[in-house]
Amino acid sequence: MSTVVSIEGLGVSFATDAGAVKAVDGVSLKVERGEVLAIVGESGSGKTVTAKTILGLLPETATTSGAVLLSNKAGTSESDVVALSKKQLREVRGTDVAMVFQEPSTALNPVYTVGWQIIEGLRAHTSISQKDARAKAIEILGRVGIPDPEHRIDHYPHQFSGGQKQRIVIAMALVLDPGLIVADEPTTALDVTVQAEILDLLRRCRDEFGMGIVLITHNMGVVADLADRVAVMYQGKVVEEADAKTLFASPKAEYTKALLAAVPYVGTGTASAIERAAQRPADWVEQAPVVEASGLEIVYPGRFGRPGFQAVGGVDFVIRPGEVLGLVGESGSGKTTIGRAIAGLTKVTGGSLRVLGHEMNGVREREFRPLRSRIGFVFQDPASSFNPLLTIAECVAEPLVIHGRASNPAKARARVDELLEAVQLPKAYGDRYPHELSGGQRQRASLARALALEPELLIADEPTSALDVSVQARVLELFAELQREFGFASLFISHDLAVVDILADRIAVLYRGALVEEGTGAEVLGAPSDPYTQRLLASLPVPDPVAQAERREELRRLREAV
Amino acid sequence: MSTDTVIRAPKRRLRDRIPVVHQLRQSVGLQRGMLIAGLVLTGIFVFVAIFAPLIAPYGFAQLRDAAGPFGSQQPPSAEHLFGTTVGGYDVLSRVLWGAQTAILVIIIAVTLSLFAGVLLGLVSGYFGGWLDRVLVVLCDAIYAFPSLLLAIVMAIVISGGQSNLWGGVFAAAISITVVFIPQYFRVIRAETVRIKAEAYVESAKVLGASNSRVMFRHVLRNSTRTLPLIFTLNSSEAILTLAGLGFLGFGIEPTAAAEWGYDLNKALSDVSSGIWWTALYPGLAIVLVVLGITLVGESLNDLADPRLRGRRRVAQASGEVAETSVVPGGTLVAGPGGLAGLEDGESFDEHGIGVRS
Repeated sequence: MSTVVSIEGLGVSFATDAGAVKAVDGVSLKVERGEVLAIVGESGSGKTVTAKTILGLLPETATTSGAVLLSNKAGTSESDVVALSKKQLREVRGTDVAMVFQEPSTALNPVYTVGWQIIEGLRAHTSISQKDARAKAIEILGRVGIPDPEHRIDHYPHQFSGGQKQRIVIAMALVLDPGLIVADEPTTALDVTVQAEILDLLRRCRDEFGMGIVLITHNMGVVADLADRVAVMYQGKVVEEADAKTLFASPKAEYTKALLAAVPYVGTGTASAIERAAQRPADWVEQAPVVEASGLEIVYPGRFGRPGFQAVGGVDFVIRPGEVLGLVGESGSGKTTIGRAIAGLTKVTGGSLRVLGHEMNGVREREFRPLRSRIGFVFQDPASSFNPLLTIAECVAEPLVIHGRASNPAKARARVDELLEAVQLPKAYGDRYPHELSGGQRQRASLARALALEPELLIADEPTSALDVSVQARVLELFAELQREFGFASLFISHDLAVVDILADRIAVLYRGALVEEGTGAEVLGAPSDPYTQRLLASLPVPDPVAQAERREELRRLREAV
Repeated sequence: MSTDTVIRAPKRRLRDRIPVVHQLRQSVGLQRGMLIAGLVLTGIFVFVAIFAPLIAPYGFAQLRDAAGPFGSQQPPSAEHLFGTTVGGYDVLSRVLWGAQTAILVIIIAVTLSLFAGVLLGLVSGYFGGWLDRVLVVLCDAIYAFPSLLLAIVMAIVISGGQSNLWGGVFAAAISITVVFIPQYFRVIRAETVRIKAEAYVESAKVLGASNSRVMFRHVLRNSTRTLPLIFTLNSSEAILTLAGLGFLGFGIEPTAAAEWGYDLNKALSDVSSGIWWTALYPGLAIVLVVLGITLVGESLNDLADPRLRGRRRVAQASGEVAETSVVPGGTLVAGPGGLAGLEDGESFDEHGIGVRS
């Protein structure tokens, strides 16, 4: 084996308005040919900056020290990326090292065909004829698993699905046969079933093309699935480096241990769900449900003269008082639409949806407004769900002021302080602005705002998907605690089965706008009956390389059965 | 841990929060030079406008002093530093007094168009529907007119073309207002449409806030960030339009107020006969004021965008590693990694650097 890239004592600093900030500090790493090195860490740990340095993609505000020695695939030349000029960098990019980006839909130019974009990269580096380049592009598209490549090469990016787009991005990286691919969160933007396919493809890149891969990710399941070696980064430093099996089996650094402990596993929530069920009064099943949907149908209006798009069709479910219903599905399955319909943000177009005893089909905003004080909503992105010009205390006081419990934010302050304490934020944080809080803190403040009026129903739309895994663990714990304390019913929407499992009493699985399976956590996750749920469950990578290898086999079997 | 020990995030100091001063402190290099040059020119302009009665040696409509009439087209001399015009006015005095007229027109025009444009844009963007369509089409129609032509039409409609100081100032200001409203309308409407989809507006709606509360508390304040830029750029355009109106003869009578465009118009015939001073100084005044205000606007524009903003280079890999990450499973009591892990005061989001993964 030969070394493809060797990073030695790398340090990167950025010039910011607040002075110099060091993002990477004394990092040394090596990647061999045919090896996948995963760099894991939380937001701000410097993993992306490290990866970008390998391609010389840092912005102009950055200064670098140390060396990044990059070899070409044949091992005949070696260059220090840090010292290269812009022109030399252009030569190295593509031929020696290529990048796979996080978001495939923005990495492709929408106004050119995918073939043109692949050929463009080819012809920029080699003097190849148009005809040969096209043949090569077709070949590479076939090899990354695009069906009918002769025909599809002339299609535009929007004509491909998200997973196919990521395949094309990988094809663009592969076409010049570089020795190293840097994949920056290559599956984060994809659904879990598609993620499994892309990981398979990256594994083939390693095995068939003999490439070195630097995989940047925060998902420990992905690491377990693909990585040979793992480097854990924290605050700009590598805190631990080991091969994947050793790292997962016996982590040495405290940070790694904590990180692994925070990863949610499927099957951890069953016990607590049974415990909660046992505590319920006997007549609980007969109590009037908080939310009751029967034959719920939501159609988004189409453009003029075109039929609308049916996001949700024929969905039935109930949420009883004090119960947490977990709603799981991939992007586009209609789970967020259902959450928004319950909150009155999206119109119900058919069937019946009763929220707190009111029919939502054809409801008027004026009639619904008083009910809003009984519904709380937690949004997905904690960064954008607070008005940036108001302090946290003013934001949390907003519902109290709107519903007349306080005449102005200052008078509501006592109650706001109570709420902040309930979500375990110090009172003084009320005087801060949203941008002065971290993501997890903001999401806790968001919970405080949703709970301000002590609602009977809380809708949480992917409340933890924008958070780091360790922060997610704390927020989920807090959510469970608050649910116990306040006893609200909840619709918990998530794409992550493991997260839903921790909290939910019952789990409903949505697929293309229809409910395919519903039941308790033990039923749905323990013995799924629907083939889609089975696939979804098998696609979920577990943070354990040995177990994950078995699951991979099972998924292959399931896919062949379809 | 008691909450008393929580260290309050230090409030940003006052000098960092005043708009222009903050930008001035933030800027480096060429951008700083541009901003300072612009601020100096604008400062002189405002100073002259306020103190014109004290600085100017004569009144704007003064034709004679104790020693008799000034005489027409006199070259620069000790009595008349910039010479006199064909009408026998002192050029220096007219230039200085002209600043006053210009600033009046700017203030009235920009204030009127600001209020009307912002309100229309907010309502139109927030509610959408047919009102939005009608207003957008109307604004597009105004765009389609050459703005000076429109200003002329308005000047004629409002004042019959010629008038006294306030009549003339208002005619010019209102005609400029009509041209500017679409700009404010467009900007605020676009921002409103964007902000309407932000999660915090939806969250206010979910809480049951009324439309007016959402509009004025949540949308309006967040959509006005670009206004200072349009404000400055429009101010310079207002001066040009005023000068254009005056030059074409739709300005203010020389006996009512001093006006650079009018003076330029009267200096037209002088230029060919070698009398340079009557055209040079009013022209220079227009150029410098427009240049000054535009420089301020452009630099503010660049400084507002973190990607365009210049920064001092940092030494090789210096600085502290920012505590951006979080101790896993850390304390819930305070912040990420406990209290020590909090960035003091400012966070990365504010400065827009991309070190997050």
